[in-house]
Amino acid sequence: MLKQVEGSQAVAEAVGFCRPEVVCAYPITPQTHIVEGVGALVKAGTLENCEYINVESEFAALSVAIGASAAGARTYTATASQGLLFMAEAVYNAAGLGLPIVMTIGNRAIGAPINIWNDHTDSMAMKDAGWIQLFAETNQEAVDLHIQAFRLAEELSCPVMVCIDGFILTHAYERIDVPTQAEVDAFLPPYEPRQQLDPAEPYSIGAMVGPEAFTEVRYLGHEKQLQALELIPEIAQVFKDVFGRETGGLVHPYALDGAETVIVALGSINGTIKEVVDAMREDGASVGSLSICSFRPFPLAAVAEALSGAKRVVVVEKSLAPGLGGVVASNVRMALARQAVPVQTVIAGLGGRPITMASLRSTFEAAAADNLEDVHFLDLDTEAVSQELARARETRKSGPTAENILRRLGTGT
Amino acid sequence: MSGSSPSEQTVKFYQTGTHTVGNRLLDDAKRTVQASMERANAITSGHRACQGCGEALGARYALDAAMRATEGQMVAVNATGCLEVFTTPYPETSWQIPWLHSLFGNAPAVATGVAAAFRVKGREDVRVVAQGGDGGTTDIGFGCLSGMFERNDDVLYVCYDNEAYMNTGVQRSSATPPAARTATTPAVGDAPGNVFGTGKNLPLIAMAHNIPYVATASVADLHDLEAKVTKAMSMRGARYVHVMVPCPLGWGSASNDTIKVARMAVESGLFPLFEAEHGAVTASNKIRRRVPVTEYLKLQKRFQHLFKPTEDTERIARLQAMADANIKRFDLLDGEDAS
Repeated sequence: MLKQVEGSQAVAEAVGFCRPEVVCAYPITPQTHIVEGVGALVKAGTLENCEYINVESEFAALSVAIGASAAGARTYTATASQGLLFMAEAVYNAAGLGLPIVMTIGNRAIGAPINIWNDHTDSMAMKDAGWIQLFAETNQEAVDLHIQAFRLAEELSCPVMVCIDGFILTHAYERIDVPTQAEVDAFLPPYEPRQQLDPAEPYSIGAMVGPEAFTEVRYLGHEKQLQALELIPEIAQVFKDVFGRETGGLVHPYALDGAETVIVALGSINGTIKEVVDAMREDGASVGSLSICSFRPFPLAAVAEALSGAKRVVVVEKSLAPGLGGVVASNVRMALARQAVPVQTVIAGLGGRPITMASLRSTFEAAAADNLEDVHFLDLDTEAVSQELARARETRKSGPTAENILRRLGTGT
Repeated sequence: MSGSSPSEQTVKFYQTGTHTVGNRLLDDAKRTVQASMERANAITSGHRACQGCGEALGARYALDAAMRATEGQMVAVNATGCLEVFTTPYPETSWQIPWLHSLFGNAPAVATGVAAAFRVKGREDVRVVAQGGDGGTTDIGFGCLSGMFERNDDVLYVCYDNEAYMNTGVQRSSATPPAARTATTPAVGDAPGNVFGTGKNLPLIAMAHNIPYVATASVADLHDLEAKVTKAMSMRGARYVHVMVPCPLGWGSASNDTIKVARMAVESGLFPLFEAEHGAVTASNKIRRRVPVTEYLKLQKRFQHLFKPTEDTERIARLQAMADANIKRFDLLDGEDAS
């Protein structure tokens, strides 16, 4: 049913239709509206047979989810930013135990300096924890990916993060086709655990494993991700058969025919990028774009194939690996290891900095003219950073960076 | 007597000269779970605990009692620690019940999740016991434990308290007593061992959450431990049992003195045995034969700097004062020993 609805509310409704049996809630901006929404469904009786547990931290949220999932319940939680890092130990643990928990990440920057706005640093910090990571381009896709995520998680017995851009998606009101309970029931079978705590058949789960078998356990976790590379497109196809929408999958190519310059990105920024691509195409530029939906597993073959005709690749990403450059760009380079295609990194949108069409276009044009430095920081205030660098050179007690820059910007000196 | 090596210790057959009543003299109902042909063996033999391990003993009695109370319909959740390590070296396990280990600091929350899953599936007959050592309970798992208590989740949490981080090699925890030597409170300097005036009393903190049941127990009185676990399992909501379990390795006590050391802790008043319901103390176990704290301290190398090279009378007096305060607070004396 088409609705004009907030992204978080639509995600909450979709999660409710997936009939989670245990939901753990802890507030953190910008995810909070989602767990509030699910809580309201439980309290109103719309979502039956669901234990909604208000916990005392994100570490507890995922820990409760681990216990519930190991005992055979379909389990959901959501977090963001500092919350994801606070539960980091449990994030790895859930994957190691092979528990099919679904968790929404309302992507947000990591402090210090504390910042509530959107970037991808949080999800990137957990990219190698063993979870599947799916990035939504739109709120429609956010809704659809959650429904697919439960099926994917439970078929593989592997946890899944659905990553949606904080505020840009979570707080945006837009037209969304929210599915019905009957449609979701037709797509998502009841959860049948591969392993569970059961007095009739007692297992020890989470026993200590030494060097003699640890590599094998880790290999099997990697193998699950490789299986997901096959399963993600299959599930997207089944989803299309039931819902009539093309959504999910590994990658979304856009205007790649004859594209010499290809822009690669994750998440909602792909909307803006497509607009820029359209405008540049109208003016005769040979440019296209590729949105990566599945960041873990990373679809090396699909990315390599999509980029096979490109003369240059520009990765626009909302995450920075300090001392290296781009996180996504490093992965894209691995996909292109056998192709002599230069990959450039554009760091953009950190801490919610708006990414404008004008800035993207001038950057892509510079790239097309082979005139873009790697790593490029979009709209960096070079004067502010030069002054701070000069200050740090002059005096050892140069003070806190963020406060110094704020003072300078505030006084205009 | 104290300090005697195992080979010199007099073995007392039929427990003559003790207060212990042999099982065969008791009514069936009062006999220990372990004396039953149907005993559960929650933790079966062959595990890797040290000789004389108080935790292995305490855990087996606690969980076997819980198994009997639930007719085997239970799940155990374990924090990281000695108990987790010595019972599950890959590819073996000692657990005869469904058992889950996740992390060091999250056992109470994991147990909450297990209980929620069984409740939502209409299997409220399956009960959940979470367990951890003092480090996993009073330090790193404290936030999750307090959350579980506050929500009154249907979990019995058992803390096996050996008063330090033994699995990592005897470091101080917030349950380590004053003056005790650990690897991070070494017996050097003017005031060797752990400082006075710090630490947490978790049973009292548990009581402050107004949860249905809190009890302390000791491996010196296994009938009492079983009775308290059984009572806890007859209730719903958050319950807490804090069991003192001597660690021969960490305490520097003889491995065949584990029960004796535990008994001296109780009889000196340093470890009071009591029960509380909804925040109020309801009962305490009376001390049968009161001993000075030195009787307890002298059995353990972690306190030997209190006696050598000269007796540290001032700090021994402070420890005695702690025991005296417990005796008064929990009303641990009656009859001829009361004074």
